[in-house]
Amino acid sequence: MALVLTEEQSMLRDSARGLISDKAPVSHLRHLRDSKDPTGFSKELWHSFAEMGFAGLLVPEEFGGSGLGYVEAGVVMEEIGRTLMPSPFLATGVVAASALNRGGNAAQKSEYLPKIASGSLLAALAIDEGAKHRPLQTSLRAVRAGNGFKLSGAKALVVDGHVADLLIVAARTAGAAGEREGLTLFLVDSKAKGIAVERTVMVDAHNAARVEFANVEVNADSVLGEVDQAAGLLDSVLDIGRGAVASEMVGLSEEVFNRTVEYLKSRKQFGKLIGEFQALQHRAAELYIDIEITRAAVMKALQALDADVAKAASAVAVAKARAGTTSTRAVHEGVQMHGGMGMTDQFDIGFFMKRARVCEELFGDANYHTEQLARARGY
Amino acid sequence: MAESRTSDTESADLEQFRNKTRAWLEANCPPEMRKPATSDADVFWGGRNAKFSSEPQRVWFERMRDKGWTVPDWPKEYGGGGLSAAEHKVLRAEMAKMGARPPLSSFGIWMLGPALLKYGNDAQKKEHLPKIAAGEIRWCQGYSEPNAGSDLASLQTRAESDGDDFIINGQKIWTSYANYADWIFCLVRTDPTAKKHDGISFILFDMTSKGVSTKPILLISGYSPFCETFFDNVRVPKSHVVGQINRGWDVAKYLLQHERAMISGMGERGVGRPLGQIAADTVGTDALGRLDDAMLRGQIARFDVDEAALAACAERAVDLAKAGQAHPAFSSAMKYYGTELNKRRYEILMSAGGVDALEWESERSKQGARPRAWLRTKANSIEGGTSEVMLGIVAKRILDLPGA
Ligand SMILES: Cc1cc2nc3c(=O)[nH]c(=O)nc-3n(C[C@H](O)[C@H](O)[C@H](O)COP(=O)(O)OP(=O)(O)OC[C@H]3O[C@@H](n4cnc5c(N)ncnc54)[C@H](O)[C@@H]3O)c2cc1C
Ligand SMILES: Cc1cc2nc3c(=O)[nH]c(=O)nc-3n(C[C@H](O)[C@H](O)[C@H](O)COP(=O)(O)OP(=O)(O)OC[C@H]3O[C@@H](n4cnc5c(N)ncnc54)[C@H](O)[C@@H]3O)c2cc1C
Repeated sequence: MALVLTEEQSMLRDSARGLISDKAPVSHLRHLRDSKDPTGFSKELWHSFAEMGFAGLLVPEEFGGSGLGYVEAGVVMEEIGRTLMPSPFLATGVVAASALNRGGNAAQKSEYLPKIASGSLLAALAIDEGAKHRPLQTSLRAVRAGNGFKLSGAKALVVDGHVADLLIVAARTAGAAGEREGLTLFLVDSKAKGIAVERTVMVDAHNAARVEFANVEVNADSVLGEVDQAAGLLDSVLDIGRGAVASEMVGLSEEVFNRTVEYLKSRKQFGKLIGEFQALQHRAAELYIDIEITRAAVMKALQALDADVAKAASAVAVAKARAGTTSTRAVHEGVQMHGGMGMTDQFDIGFFMKRARVCEELFGDANYHTEQLARARGY
Repeated sequence: MAESRTSDTESADLEQFRNKTRAWLEANCPPEMRKPATSDADVFWGGRNAKFSSEPQRVWFERMRDKGWTVPDWPKEYGGGGLSAAEHKVLRAEMAKMGARPPLSSFGIWMLGPALLKYGNDAQKKEHLPKIAAGEIRWCQGYSEPNAGSDLASLQTRAESDGDDFIINGQKIWTSYANYADWIFCLVRTDPTAKKHDGISFILFDMTSKGVSTKPILLISGYSPFCETFFDNVRVPKSHVVGQINRGWDVAKYLLQHERAMISGMGERGVGRPLGQIAADTVGTDALGRLDDAMLRGQIARFDVDEAALAACAERAVDLAKAGQAHPAFSSAMKYYGTELNKRRYEILMSAGGVDALEWESERSKQGARPRAWLRTKANSIEGGTSEVMLGIVAKRILDLPGA
């Protein structure tokens, strides 16, 4: 498989770019932030997304989606990264759609997947409980009660948590925090009794929430996959999410980089364009190289996911680790090379820095994934 | 995703090629040739005076040569394998999988061949390419001069017209293996009055020509793989110029792209075993099997991340070239990152080896193989254009930054 986009994928990119750059440039995010928009994204845009087939991009055709792959999802995420458009695409269109498609039984798939594809259902994945991404540390308890379970505990950084209709919750049905055995995924109606959602306004002005569960009752049908055996499914879903976020980070890095290079070609000091100074030229060149290498690593990971999600873990770890270090470098250089301008809120560059910081924490940062690679390689 | 019918048959053909290739390699690559060479003496460079360092080396070379696989993607008429880009990628992947080393290393393959394929005339291609493919002639590169390093175009070696010949005078330096090479591809100034890039020609001649002499230079690794090379009234027919007279800079630059791509991949085949395992030999592991040196472990893991990412980028660079989407200066980007990474690899190896990696002369240390290899890698970011020059090229040619 060549590591370049096919013609179809390039066309998909062009149509996503057309819509996003037209309807949701960075000023769109700025407006949502400044108006303290209660939804945190544009419902109208999400409907356009659904109409263009993006919401159901990963949903199989039999459930009303386009049945495309992770490379295509990455293409859309990258375009989202270029303008920082807040969108349910990640939580609903990528993560939840994949969780349901991979782990759901026939009834669950036919109930939820068509609604995701049509844009009428929003979903959110609730896993992390502490400050850092540690999926196996899940300790939210699900105890058997009658025909079902009762959930108690709390989740942090639930992306789209305050707008989601459906929560996909990682819970512990057995074992202790840190163990692979004993994890179960539940599909929980966000309106269920005992759920308290606190929207957390984050540095990047994108959606996130804390969700508390106090003896929330769910029935046995709400189990996604096997009781106690969710670790494998969770790994897969998280790896897909990581590939998607890494793509967003590539788009974000490249956009910051392009804007910065433009600035180097227009700002004058000492009677010269600052882009003439070799100190900046070499740093810009290094950043370019970093981004190209990371782009290739991310494409490799997405192709590996398309080939076999279960065998893609190392490629995904490489991609997310690289995306973390590269985007961090890109936004630092972006702000630095803009001088005082880079520090102003009026200038867009700071939005990229803030989003990069959140993307870095989403589904594991560079240190986490570097550690995963070391473990996978047995040293 | 629905794929078109043609790409289905294409991929079926490629699968068949893969299976055939794998079987052939399994049957024909001697076990001794399935690990990286540990020293330069263990690398086969070909040439008039070539000697094989072992019987498996000879067998492997001859079998590959007979298939045209010393240069798998060159046309068959020039001794190549005639493989398509996709087949070549499969062959490389299969060789990498079994750790098969290249049967023949040569500046002719990496540098001159691609330049001749693009700029050579028919006679030149017929004369030189088959001998490169068959390892009969060993080439060296006469680019750098004492006063023309990074600023290569300021070179001063002159070639003066004398009827059908040029008379060449001057000095080259850092000419790798000039003392072993049979022929040289050389940059000479044929028009001293033109602007510096416009008066250069790219010319080929035999190192046994009257007036050529070489003097080896010792490297910090203790080896002496390169020379000062002197030309004293060397007579060379004008028909040996590749491309047009005074347009040699185009040829030189094109060749450098190939050289840089090659140097960027020098670390690719690694050192036989993963760094994490090599480090475990000396620093040990804890109860969980982790290296008993957390900082070193982190360094290795970060290296592994970057190495895997670079490998993906190298693969993508080839695919982009095939799709006609590659930037011609991208090899400079790869050269920069690949060589800096290879230096990191050897810093880690030295740190992992600790005191054991410091021995310079002994059977035990294979005559200081590791520290010598470590020192050799320091040249990676100098030879073929320095890291700073690579960044300058990226800034100017790819990013189009002003005044670069
Ligand atoms: C929070 C904050 C508080 C400030 N407070 C004050 C204050 O109280 N009073 C005041 O007078 N000013 C203040 N400043 C302004 C500050 O001193 C300037 O921002 C700073 O000097 C840089 O100038 P610039 O923003 O015009 O960037 P520029 O000079 O345009 O620089 C842009 C980029 O080009 C680089 N660059 C410029 N020239 C060269 C060169 N020759 N070689 C290599 N790189 C070069 C810079 O390093 C930078 O990365 C403040 C700035 C900030 C961010
Ligand atoms: C092991 C080895 C093998 C070699 N083999 C060959 C060979 O076979 N044939 C051949 O022709 N040559 C060969 N070379 C020579 C090599 O190409 C040159 O060494 C190289 O191009 C650098 O030139 P220089 O040594 O004159 O360094 P200089 O050009 O003098 O550079 C010195 C330092 O200044 C920096 N510098 C120079 N210009 C700039 C600039 N514009 N901006 C910023 N920094 C700059 C350089 O990056 C470097 O760090 C070999 C070199 C080595 C080390």
